[in-house]
Amino acid sequence: MTQNLEKLPKGSFERITVSAEQAERISKPSVSFWQDAWYRLRKNKGALVSLVLFALILFMSFLGPVISPYEPNAQTITHANLPPKIPVIENLGIFDGVGKLGGKEVDLYELKKVEVNYWFGTDGLGRDMFSRVWKGTQVSLFIAFVAAAIDMIIGVIYGGISGYFGGRVDDIMQRIVEILTGIPNLVVVILFILVMDPGILAIIIALTITGWTGMSRVVRGQVLKFKSQEFVLAARTLGASDSRIIWKHLMPNVLGIIIINTMFTIPSAIFFEAFLSFIGLGLQAPDASLGTLINDGYKLLQYQPHILAIPAVVLSLIMIAFNLIGDGLRDALDPKMKD
Amino acid sequence: MARYIGKRLIYMLITLALIATFTFFLMKILPGSPIASADKLSPEQRAVVEARYGLDKPLPVQYFDYMLGLAQGDLGISINQFKGANVTDVIISRMGPSAQIGFQGMVLGTVIGVLLGMIAALRQNTWIDYSSTLVAIVGISIPSFVFASLLQYYFALQLEWFPVALWKDGFMSSVLPSIALAMFPLATAARFIRTEMIEVLGSDYITLARAKGASGSEIAFKHAFRNALIPLITVLGPMAVGILTGSLVVEQIFAIPGIGEQFVKSIMVSDFSVIMGTTIFFSVFLIVVILIVDILYGIIDPRIRLSGGKS
Repeated sequence: MTQNLEKLPKGSFERITVSAEQAERISKPSVSFWQDAWYRLRKNKGALVSLVLFALILFMSFLGPVISPYEPNAQTITHANLPPKIPVIENLGIFDGVGKLGGKEVDLYELKKVEVNYWFGTDGLGRDMFSRVWKGTQVSLFIAFVAAAIDMIIGVIYGGISGYFGGRVDDIMQRIVEILTGIPNLVVVILFILVMDPGILAIIIALTITGWTGMSRVVRGQVLKFKSQEFVLAARTLGASDSRIIWKHLMPNVLGIIIINTMFTIPSAIFFEAFLSFIGLGLQAPDASLGTLINDGYKLLQYQPHILAIPAVVLSLIMIAFNLIGDGLRDALDPKMKD
Repeated sequence: MARYIGKRLIYMLITLALIATFTFFLMKILPGSPIASADKLSPEQRAVVEARYGLDKPLPVQYFDYMLGLAQGDLGISINQFKGANVTDVIISRMGPSAQIGFQGMVLGTVIGVLLGMIAALRQNTWIDYSSTLVAIVGISIPSFVFASLLQYYFALQLEWFPVALWKDGFMSSVLPSIALAMFPLATAARFIRTEMIEVLGSDYITLARAKGASGSEIAFKHAFRNALIPLITVLGPMAVGILTGSLVVEQIFAIPGIGEQFVKSIMVSDFSVIMGTTIFFSVFLIVVILIVDILYGIIDPRIRLSGGKS
């Protein structure tokens, strides 16, 4: 067949001329990096569901204490140790106010002549678990977000300076980081909490005192990688100042990794807060965080499992959501870093 | 290599000296007195007690004595928790149970995690893969104390298969704590092995092996698995950290007479020589583990050049 091309009748083919303008036309709308990332994140079902779930929990942490008719710290001792009871759902056999008393399953609300409903039950002092859990969620999230933000700020500044200026400065700064990362996080956090007055501030300081080193290493690595590339050289040749190069040229490139790293700092901060509370170094009563609620619930595990279960479920959901969002963002922002 | 190890050892010593110094001075500004019922003692009695533990000497002397003792492996004397016992002896006597559940948890978690990760990678994007990923995410997300309380509630309190919190039934007592500790290494290993395996399975030498007619299982085990396993060493460090952190709460929950439980108690009664001793012990343990892991990795995988080269 191929040899016989010449024998084809003339006019079998028609030449199409494409004008230069036509060929260069962009047929699809241009997509920015962030639009592209959002597109990739949207396709990740786990991350999307987690995002919605987290938004819901965050929303409830503010709404919960408000809509509950009881104050988080108000004690009604006659209403102590009530299991959860929610109208409508109680007909399904769950959240129906039935609990164990002397080995028998009874409706404790009837027994104690309680007219009102406690959606998440009450604790050993008759405090409403619904408002306590959401208030605690608020506190836990606050600690985690502030700690992650501080880690991010210190880490980015330290890593940025170290990577950008390089040489002697970098050498000294990296030696310091190497020694700091050698100290186990656990040890630092516990020691600092011991010395300071327990409270939200103490926990945040303890979490951030060495927590920023991870971020600084990542940022330094990225800055080192980008600063020797041609676009930076071009900017410098055009007379851009150091601060312009850092903010306009380097930061947008490093931003993705900063976000990913922060997303993974948040669950670890939530974990450490809960961990400290569990070993008795957390917030002091009557303030509550998810960790202190779990700790309180653990003491009553055998008789009133709901006091442990509800904050534990909320805590676990937040942790799972953040890990999935972090995974999704990592894949979306930096597909190459998938490891 | 020798130069690299030498450099790392020097760093290790600096870090340890720093931790010891740091801990020492933090303990000095710690609120609360380590001497039991200090308020009830008359000034004379108090002076006698303080003299016994060397608390009456000037701070630099105390510091110097402490560092000197430390260099000889002497962590000082417990002030109130163990009534004058040597901290080093206390830690050694409590190492057994901690080491047992830590080791069992580590082995159990790593083995199951590696299997899960491998199966997930071989059956990528099937329900097997998704459920194994789910297990890994849940394992990383749920804190060990929540998981330990759950285990205790269902398997010890409800089903009564295992003792609730009694370190007397030998192996049976160690089952639940070990499972609780195993979750973190399990999840870490599963995630890690899965991505490694997928990467290895896509490499040229696997294609070559397939082209040469190697069977599926031969490729999976002989070629892919072995190479995916090597980088797992790098996460052994974080795993050890996770186990140690977990042991503080897990030992508390199951009332295991280990180092973690004793550490938490010493914090409660502010017995600062025990706190200092345990802190330093933990630090030495973790730093040595991470050092060994780094050296091991360099020896096993010759592609990784630890020293030299520009980073």
